[in-house]
Amino acid sequence: MAQHQVNYASSGGLPIALTTVDKLVQWGRSNSLWALTYGLACCAIEMMAAGASRYDFDRFGTIFRASPRHSDVMIIAGTLTKKHAEFTKRLYDQMAEPKWVISMGSCANTGGMFNTYSTVQGVDRIIPVDIYLPGCAPRPETLQYALMLLQKKIRRERAGRKVTPKRLV
Amino acid sequence: MRQFTPKDNVQKKAYFTDRFRIQPSLPKLEVSSNEAFASQLKSFKAHINPLETYIEAGQWVVWVKPEDNKRALEVMKTIGYENLSEMSAVDFIAQKGGFEVFYQLLSMEHHTRARVKCFIPVGQSLQSVESVYKSANWAEREMYDMFGILLENHPYMKRLLMPDDWQGHPLLKTYPLLGDEAAQWYEIDTLFGKEYREVVGPENRDPARVEVKNTNDFARIRHEVPKGAPYSDTPTEQEYQEENGVPLVSKVVKAQSKTLKERR
Repeated sequence: MAQHQVNYASSGGLPIALTTVDKLVQWGRSNSLWALTYGLACCAIEMMAAGASRYDFDRFGTIFRASPRHSDVMIIAGTLTKKHAEFTKRLYDQMAEPKWVISMGSCANTGGMFNTYSTVQGVDRIIPVDIYLPGCAPRPETLQYALMLLQKKIRRERAGRKVTPKRLV
Repeated sequence: MRQFTPKDNVQKKAYFTDRFRIQPSLPKLEVSSNEAFASQLKSFKAHINPLETYIEAGQWVVWVKPEDNKRALEVMKTIGYENLSEMSAVDFIAQKGGFEVFYQLLSMEHHTRARVKCFIPVGQSLQSVESVYKSANWAEREMYDMFGILLENHPYMKRLLMPDDWQGHPLLKTYPLLGDEAAQWYEIDTLFGKEYREVVGPENRDPARVEVKNTNDFARIRHEVPKGAPYSDTPTEQEYQEENGVPLVSKVVKAQSKTLKERR
């Protein structure tokens, strides 16, 4: 038996902090979620407000980027038309792994009040969605809350997760 | 029991008629009742003979033959109508077997508005007026997109609003509001291919499709339970951080936080 047994877990004054690689990596990822600037309709106004000085998304490490290749999270803010579905899919495919999607507002979730021939009835028909954010339009606080839940979700995941497309229907 | 009616092509028939409803229509006045319009009609008649002409809602309406539409608009432009503010068609296929095409004109010189109208049967094309009024360029493309009316001598006869590979013309009264089969599967067919239809399934157009008690697919805010666990009606306190906290960030516990009665 060792003469001096050190309990590393309860540091005991030693400058040591123990964690797992998964936790560390996901902690890093969850605190710098760069979002794709992707406003499609009136939800985009709320998304812009969430990014501006009063609500300040920068506090969460969320910076809006103009390119899908810089982004980790895609916030679908607004009505997705069938003509535009192709471009949403293309932008999603261009994002580097790992990537997440927040479907913001009723229109993105289910088509909302646009129960017509030209609207995609929920973005989950074309891309997998992580967070469905209800509201028409959701307030900036709600978007912040959705982002916080997404951060929580990311921290729960393993760092080398397998991507399995989720489907609602 | 109600009598059975075949539902093969219900869109082609009016499904509701009120026996006592009288469709409101505005009174049609003689053109001679307005001095400005009367003089304009006189110079119009020097070139083209209108089929019918009257004043409706303070605007001069003139009906012409469909082959005269371009010539009529050229004449209207010389009269002083320098602005084509709107043009499109109205579907009267069920009633009359064709479209009413209208050109809404504005004269900023005379402060008057006029409308040139013509009737075309289904399948007949029309002369483009893009060379007379530039604003007709996109308006005619929209008319083609929405009604399928083809225009001759148009510089770029292509759909304006709908995708190029769209089937059907959505503003026809026979077009179903929720789209035909090609429309309902459009994004699946174009993005993934037709064999993916079975994977995705048909569109769910039920607005109340959120099932709070289905904890596999939904997580109600402030009622979150682990995935698949039975739904709980009692609200859960939602903490931003996990139980053990996150490295380098001190945990905030809501129960220990203070609410100030008044502002300090």
